[in-house]
Amino acid sequence: MYAIDHRDLGTPAAASDEAVTLEIDGAAVTVPAGTSLMRAAALAGTAIPKLCATDSLKAFGSCRLCLVEIEGRKGFPASCTTTVAAGMKVRTQSPRLEQLRRGVVELYVSDHPLDCDDCPANGHCELQDAAAALGVTGSRYGAGATQRGVTPDVSNPYFTFNPDLCIVCSRCVRACDEIQGTLALTIEGRGFGSRVSASEHQPFLASECVSCGACVEACPTAALTEKSLAALGAPARAVATTCGYCGVGCSLKAEFKDSTVVRMVPNRAGAANQGHACVKGRFAFGYATHPDRVRRPMIRERITDPWREVGWDEAIGFTAREFRRIQQQYGRNAVGGITSSRCTNEETFLVQKLVRAALLTNNVDTCARVCHSPTGYGLKHTLGESAGTQAFTSVMKADVVIVIGANPTDGHPVFASQLKRRLRQGAKLIVIDPRAIDLVKSPHIEAAAHLQLRPGTNVAVINALAHVVVTEGLAKDDYALARCEPQSYREWKQFIADARHSPEATEPVTGVPAARVREAARLYAAGPNGAIYYGLGVTEHSQGTTMVMGIANLAMATGNLGREGVGVNPLRGQNNVQGSCDMGSFPHEFSGYRHVSDGAARGLFESAWNVTLADEPGLRIPNMFEAALDGSFRALYIQGEDFVQSDPNTQHVTDALSAMECVVVQDLFLVETARFAHVFLPGSSFLEKDGTFTNAERRISRVRKVMEPLAGLADWEVTMRLAQALGYPMHYAHPSEIMDEIARLTPTFRGVSYEKLDRLGSIQWPCNDAAPEGTPTMHVGSFVRGKGKFYRTEYVATSERSTSRYPLLLTTGRVLFQYNVGSQTRRTKNLAWQSEDRLEIHPDDAESRGIKDGDWVGVASRAGEIVVRAALTRRVARGVVYTTFHFPESGVNLVTTENSDWATNCPEYKVTAVEVVKVAQPEAWRARARAERDARAHRAAPVA
Amino acid sequence: MNTQRLVAMANDIAAFFAAEPDPAAAAEQVATHLKKFWEPRMREEIRRHAREGGAGLSALALQGVRRLA
Repeated sequence: MYAIDHRDLGTPAAASDEAVTLEIDGAAVTVPAGTSLMRAAALAGTAIPKLCATDSLKAFGSCRLCLVEIEGRKGFPASCTTTVAAGMKVRTQSPRLEQLRRGVVELYVSDHPLDCDDCPANGHCELQDAAAALGVTGSRYGAGATQRGVTPDVSNPYFTFNPDLCIVCSRCVRACDEIQGTLALTIEGRGFGSRVSASEHQPFLASECVSCGACVEACPTAALTEKSLAALGAPARAVATTCGYCGVGCSLKAEFKDSTVVRMVPNRAGAANQGHACVKGRFAFGYATHPDRVRRPMIRERITDPWREVGWDEAIGFTAREFRRIQQQYGRNAVGGITSSRCTNEETFLVQKLVRAALLTNNVDTCARVCHSPTGYGLKHTLGESAGTQAFTSVMKADVVIVIGANPTDGHPVFASQLKRRLRQGAKLIVIDPRAIDLVKSPHIEAAAHLQLRPGTNVAVINALAHVVVTEGLAKDDYALARCEPQSYREWKQFIADARHSPEATEPVTGVPAARVREAARLYAAGPNGAIYYGLGVTEHSQGTTMVMGIANLAMATGNLGREGVGVNPLRGQNNVQGSCDMGSFPHEFSGYRHVSDGAARGLFESAWNVTLADEPGLRIPNMFEAALDGSFRALYIQGEDFVQSDPNTQHVTDALSAMECVVVQDLFLVETARFAHVFLPGSSFLEKDGTFTNAERRISRVRKVMEPLAGLADWEVTMRLAQALGYPMHYAHPSEIMDEIARLTPTFRGVSYEKLDRLGSIQWPCNDAAPEGTPTMHVGSFVRGKGKFYRTEYVATSERSTSRYPLLLTTGRVLFQYNVGSQTRRTKNLAWQSEDRLEIHPDDAESRGIKDGDWVGVASRAGEIVVRAALTRRVARGVVYTTFHFPESGVNLVTTENSDWATNCPEYKVTAVEVVKVAQPEAWRARARAERDARAHRAAPVA
Repeated sequence: MNTQRLVAMANDIAAFFAAEPDPAAAAEQVATHLKKFWEPRMREEIRRHAREGGAGLSALALQGVRRLA
């Protein structure tokens, strides 16, 4: 069942620029060539009855309900599969058509119960609608074979499949094929025996189904339906909002009854997701009302004290007094704040404004520090803007796609579906990753090349690819010389042509056969449209920034920037990573990426904020920890970030937090970091506030409030209250007013307003006088920095290397069903798929250590030790192990180290030398380790 | 600030700019990076360390630090 306010047009829009005029029921209609008669009629206001058609799927022509008459043609063609032609005269209503349609519906209802009042789809069932429109209340064909009595499949935690209600229209099967690309469903059997089957007649939960919900959304009846719909009843209203999970930023319809959210349904008008969603955005929103939500502020003098619930005024007042005391005692720069990539642009902007204007320091940073900060630095320096270059839809024009250090089917599933669609059309794929991610080989998809490099050798591989491009004459010299700084290009060519960068020379380091690198380089350079997509497997390295620059070098040298189908595209991890960076969250720059030493930019903010601002960069997150340990940094306001679980070298982090005198955590739950906090301010979920998120394609989308904040205040209101208490009042009645200020102060947002967002649906920045409706593709005609700049990207091996003591290399990532530190998804039924972190290890490495699948293993590095279960798999190469960090009991970041990117201090999560051993009594080990950590933290805590 | 950590960070920065063929330009780029991205107390600490001989700093990192005003 699609969104309750969706008006379905039957078939997808045609892409043609050619207009065709025809006559439907006597009225002239003009539509693009290739449009179906069904869609043309719908656009003209005539809904032709249908069951197997919906505008998210290709026409199928199986239900025979949408028959029409066409003057001069015999028979009754299906309007879904018949396209318009100039001068065509179509009749959608006639006694004969009605007779035929009624007969069809009678056949359907002969195998469908008619107790609609008890059905969860009542009022939104397309069969019910068709029957009502045709006056069908029963069937002359009753008592035939039916599906009745077949036990519904309730295995999936979020939806049921009831064969009794299924009309075998194949919309679910086609949705799984065409939209999601998993191909998990089929129709098995024939005639009355036909029924939908997941994988090989397995329960949905045990099948290959990834629970994206595309089948449920496509189902015209209640055969596939959300359990929440049955439990809560039909929703009364739908509000378009933006998903709070990954950086794809799917547009969703929150459907609710009173103030209870019944369903989240993908918005078919959503430009980022094109009407699709994944298991997290679609179903895993239950955390928002989970009993663990903290609903009252809490304070305590020492982190060893119990929490004391207080009112907002007391919590805010306590915080403000402590921050001012600490600034008076230790200096202005002894305090700072952290903005969150899970909060809105407006909230992020306010936190950095509070830090800069109310606390008068530039000690503000964001969790993008630990994920995509190298993207900002690398792309700003080479191309001129700290952002990806394309819209997601651009991939549909790519001929060759390189995916580097990303696992889109798990991390960015809705983009992955679009990518897979393009790959099934014939585009070639190159995967550069230490693991054999799903894209390497999945139904109807096989990568042309998988460069399975050793962790830590990205730069050597990108250099080797560029070396082949340059030395084999595959570079687009005309493009590079015209669009880039000629001298930097010539110098770079000379640099990269050196034999030390050749695939043969780098093979011993990277482990990637030279011939495979050469083939991949030739494939990408030949394009004609080559697109690069990358993730944290690029950035979270000691050479993360160098690698981003290497990617930009390769794209510039091959002319793969500045048009659709090409580009350099960072896949952002969290929903608002791009936005939090845009909003001036970094300690060295204001919104719009202007350095704090830039007098003109600083003057603009000083004038608007009526303060004198600091002109020196502030501390980054890891620098804050170092400063805390030396006693010069004492207080931190953390909005929506869980350092203790997400940041590397946990012991170091907890030691630093323990050394502070006032740690303020603003979050939905008592996250791990809250154990070291003195103040807890309850946060609000994305359902409880207005604002905007900016996704990985620079798309600004509205977040709309559908329920009141559980704790009474939205996050932006909390920050305002804190600013007021600090003596710097802020006056915003609504987040739209914050956006107006952002637009006034940020050139790339100059044309953005809530009114325009409501009108256009979403906007990709830059949005200004030159591009009043936004910029889907960047660097068209010229680069933002004027001329592109090539950088020499020498490969420098990380200091983190395997040794005899730590012979394996650990790399980390995420899975489809869990998200980041898991504080949201662990509080949903997604646990049905993944309820713990596991360590992937190659069977050979496991065998030599006596480890079997499912065994508890200890993982030790020079930083610490953890215990997790082992999962034996050949997805990882020998010598490499992999795990996730979704569950605090695993404490995966106890073993990651303080190594970081040279330019940005982004941690090197992706390379940690470890040893793995089989362990007994894991629970006792974990309890002991946690007790030791807490005892150490409490010993270090300053006494107020 | 942890001096050894700052030394390691400065060396990593210098390792990137070492690809610049002109040593003076490379040292200037190291210094510029430190000015733009290191908070003053970090710069002060690494300068103090450099004044005391700069143990552990690579040659280019040391040159870059010495260019800090």
